[in-house]
Amino acid sequence: MSFFEPYLPAVRLLIFLVGTVAFVGLNAAYLVWVERKGAGRFQRRPGPMEVGPQGLLQPLADGLKLMSKQLIVPPGADATLFRLAPAMVIAPALMCLATIPYSESLLAPRNLNIGLIMVFAFGSINVMAIMLGGWASRNKYAIISAARVVSQNVAYEIPMLLVVITILMVTGTMNLNDIVKQQGPYFWDWNLFRVWENPLMPVTFVIFFICMLAETNRAPFDMAEAESELVAGAFTEYAGMGFGVFFMGEYANILVGCSLATVLFLGGWQSPIGLFPGVWWFFLKLYALVFTVVWIRWTFPRTQFYGLLNLSWKILIPISLVTLLLTAVVMKLPLLF
Amino acid sequence: MIAPKESTAGTPSNETFTLNLGPQHPATHGVLRVKLTMDGEYITRAEPVPGYIHRMHEKMGENRTWAQYLPNTSRVDYLSAMTYTHAYVGAVERALKLEVPLRAEFIRVITSELNRISSHLVGWGAFVMDLGGFTPILYAFDDREKILDLLEAVTGSRLTYCYYRFGGVVADVDTAFLEGCKAFVKHMRPRLDFYRALVTDNIILRKRLEGIGMVSAEMCRRYGACGPVLRGSDVAYDVRKNEPYSIYNQFDFDIPHYPQGDSMARYNVRMDEIEQSLRIIDQAVAKIPEGPIMGKVPRVLKLPVGDFCYATEAARGRLLVRVSSDGKDTPYRVRLRTPCFCNLSLFEEASKGMLLPDAIAFMGSLDLVIPDIDR
Repeated sequence: MSFFEPYLPAVRLLIFLVGTVAFVGLNAAYLVWVERKGAGRFQRRPGPMEVGPQGLLQPLADGLKLMSKQLIVPPGADATLFRLAPAMVIAPALMCLATIPYSESLLAPRNLNIGLIMVFAFGSINVMAIMLGGWASRNKYAIISAARVVSQNVAYEIPMLLVVITILMVTGTMNLNDIVKQQGPYFWDWNLFRVWENPLMPVTFVIFFICMLAETNRAPFDMAEAESELVAGAFTEYAGMGFGVFFMGEYANILVGCSLATVLFLGGWQSPIGLFPGVWWFFLKLYALVFTVVWIRWTFPRTQFYGLLNLSWKILIPISLVTLLLTAVVMKLPLLF
Repeated sequence: MIAPKESTAGTPSNETFTLNLGPQHPATHGVLRVKLTMDGEYITRAEPVPGYIHRMHEKMGENRTWAQYLPNTSRVDYLSAMTYTHAYVGAVERALKLEVPLRAEFIRVITSELNRISSHLVGWGAFVMDLGGFTPILYAFDDREKILDLLEAVTGSRLTYCYYRFGGVVADVDTAFLEGCKAFVKHMRPRLDFYRALVTDNIILRKRLEGIGMVSAEMCRRYGACGPVLRGSDVAYDVRKNEPYSIYNQFDFDIPHYPQGDSMARYNVRMDEIEQSLRIIDQAVAKIPEGPIMGKVPRVLKLPVGDFCYATEAARGRLLVRVSSDGKDTPYRVRLRTPCFCNLSLFEEASKGMLLPDAIAFMGSLDLVIPDIDR
């Protein structure tokens, strides 16, 4: 016993990291299945049905197919950056998910006091990866897409961070687990409903969700891919697993965004009715949000690019500034009396 | 969220680049190639390069007998094949002064209007898909399937119909078909309301279409644009009303037209036309008389010397078939004046200074069928 004891934290860390990787891999693969099934339901067709029962083995078949394909680097492309870009999409998403508290005990081995900052620090690398991929492809459509992604993400990072600062002021901590713990055992204790701290809290959540859609390049803000305009945008020249990793990265990022929304607004692993708090509540909320993301994609047409930027600069940023100010005022209000 | 009404490109820089839109591009629905000269994401010049699916339909007419050419006409605009065969059949009937029985004319109107609805449904779905909405096209195909089943039952084919013949139609319709038409009209009206709620009133869609792709009536006149493109620019010109053919003057229907001249106007025209086609089908099914479906037609067709024209309102605009005869059993020359070619030709002028996504939306609003451009 005493022999193993010094190694226990390391073993725990290893298990946690392997678990995270497996979690992301499985989710990325099966969210594709969920998306295709969901799309099928919305479009009155069954979706994938052939491979396995209800097409459940489809992700495996797709993975095998993608892996068996040749990785083509187009002539004249920057081969190093071209190969690096997919890895840079998936790696930060993994890092982000390692900080998420799945339940009270199932969380990063070290109690990260700056979990929130870490998520956003790594979350922003995704943009650079898509930009590099688009740039390195030496394809005009890809470069247009890369330019779009950068301006889109710059525009949406601002309201998102403003919203997060609002949350930060309310909670007073950047430790994600502490943020969850604060959001008591009932659903009216969630940050989403803490209207006595800031009457605009539900609006804040909506802004966060919209920004999350834009940051992860999901419809109706999928400017980077925009099939009908830019063929496949930044991913046009990617074949086989290169494309597959981008694809997985997209879903991993959705997972990060939805996890963060769950943690920050919906009480993470806390139960809404005061019963059995635990990891199941976290996943229930997480997948409800993921389903909403899928739902939105298959319902709305794509926005126009200037519409997207106008939405951010003229609507979301002013509103999030107002909420920030309002929170500050509400917090300092007791000083007046 | 105010969309710029005009280009904000400012002074064009010297750094333009050429972007090939097509011939294999998801938004060109086929093999249209547009050579774009771009300044960033702004288009400074858009040069359509047709010809990738040229099949020489007009030249083929010179080597086939009058009857043998008939199947060719349904393969020009494969989405509204009925109106195309109608125009050709009409031109030959006009030359031979053939009488078409009334029942056959009614059948022609019903099938043509069904075909128009199915064409508009595909056009609508593909248009919304160009804008990034994937679901509506499958709803549209669901409804279109009902039309295709109806038409398949009487014509034997689902897309490239060769149902109209000189002097009438090849097969009579039965009560099941007429009942099916009634049921379809009943089914389609609530669906249109549903489409309006789901897609037309969507704010994202409206922002993308309103004020984008302005086409004036004057521009339409210069390029010979027709159909919903022309009616979206406040010109209520429809061959069915303005140069009535067949028995269209017996029906009560409106010509939807919108004054804005933007992509949304063209979109609305098509949606309203589905409504009007349903009205026509309703009336025709109620009034269809009994009788023969084929008139008296000579066994060997030899057209008198001369030029003969016949215009129909195809789903995408005015289609004119002109046949020249030198008295032999084959045409001397066949000319198809197709709507998509003219509608495409205004793309270059109208898309100047547009953003790429707006140009894609604009092209979608023209509802181009590429084989119709190239023939």
